[in-house]
Amino acid sequence: MQSSKAIEIWVGLFVAVGLIALFFLAMQVSNLAELRSNDDSYRIVARFENIGSLRVRAPVSVAGVTVGRVSAISFDNQTYEAVVEMRIDPKYDTLPIDTSASILTAGLLGEQYIGLSPGGAEEHLADGDEIELTQSAIVLEQVISRFLFNKAEGGGASGGAATSSE
Amino acid sequence: MLAPFQQLGHATLGTMQKLGRANLFICHVLTGLPEILRRIRLLLAQVYSVGVLTILLVSVSGLFVGMVLGLQGYNVLSDFGAEQTLGVMVAASLVRELGPVVTALLFAGRAGSALTAEIGLMKATEQLSGMEMMAVDPLKRIIAPRFFAGCLSMPLLASLFSMIGVMGGYFVGVGLLGVDEGAFWSQMRSRIDFYDDIVNGLIKSAVFGVIVTWIAVFEGYDAVPTSEGVSRATTRSVVYSAFAVLGWDFVLTALMFGGD
Repeated sequence: MQSSKAIEIWVGLFVAVGLIALFFLAMQVSNLAELRSNDDSYRIVARFENIGSLRVRAPVSVAGVTVGRVSAISFDNQTYEAVVEMRIDPKYDTLPIDTSASILTAGLLGEQYIGLSPGGAEEHLADGDEIELTQSAIVLEQVISRFLFNKAEGGGASGGAATSSE
Repeated sequence: MLAPFQQLGHATLGTMQKLGRANLFICHVLTGLPEILRRIRLLLAQVYSVGVLTILLVSVSGLFVGMVLGLQGYNVLSDFGAEQTLGVMVAASLVRELGPVVTALLFAGRAGSALTAEIGLMKATEQLSGMEMMAVDPLKRIIAPRFFAGCLSMPLLASLFSMIGVMGGYFVGVGLLGVDEGAFWSQMRSRIDFYDDIVNGLIKSAVFGVIVTWIAVFEGYDAVPTSEGVSRATTRSVVYSAFAVLGWDFVLTALMFGGD
């Protein structure tokens, strides 16, 4: 049996190591660090006809750089549109007011995110503003069926040519 | 002709009585909390033998589990061209499931069995009755420090297991197999949620800590006071702990992750 001082030191080390592990999991492995820094972020809203499989906390990026996250998604009963609320990091507060938003897909099967492309206006987006120009998510089934319908309409004579040119 | 029914009834009543004893026992142990806080040294000595001495086992197991996850995950994910999500896979499976569950099983084998054997032997050699004779409550003096030490140690050990497992997955994935380091960490950070994943994992490990330590100290206290009785109690302690941990893991997972 060790002396009680040695035991106290060991227990102290044990608790410290356990708490460091928890801290590591919180800061390095999870998104806690990002959530914390977003406290004074500002909020902008965009309306989409179809948001595909966009989810809350999906990234919002400009030129491929993540500047914020989707904070809420709701449905407008009057216009039958999806209303997406985004929180943007206050560092990026110079987005022009005519910025357009589109729902894009990371990779072929990846997650969907919102891409903002800045316009040329002098004024900047502020808290609560709405993005007017939006482009809906591309739903793969719709693209395929449109392609097939176009082929069928082209049909007959030009059909063979279209296939060979693919 | 009624003998089988009598046996069934006997077994049922026996089980019910044992469950009842276990509940009365835990209530009595919980009332020892103020006394433990006043004499914190009793608790520290037990945290040492239950928690500190388990660190090595948990760290080494965590490292190997993480490395195996890295290898296996890479093999499957590379078929889909999604090696970049290796970090998410390793971290999610460790933090949500393997961390709490494997740590609880190791804890039951390393610390739970020792607790049962120690308390059972104390009972067999009549040390517990001796204490009662001296008007010392053995439940508060002997059992309560061990119980609270186990409940305190489990979440810490599970966090340690998960952290070392993530490091193991990192060494294999990034170091050996050449997954991009930035993608490994950034995908992990964007997909692992603090409240949904880490806090839930922590709750799981705390629940498992209570279950495993409860079973261990109760089996020891309830053992038949002979050498055979103590050995049986030790076996039962590990077996029941494993069943209870895996069963409760399903229940907790269904509650936490089953909704969406």
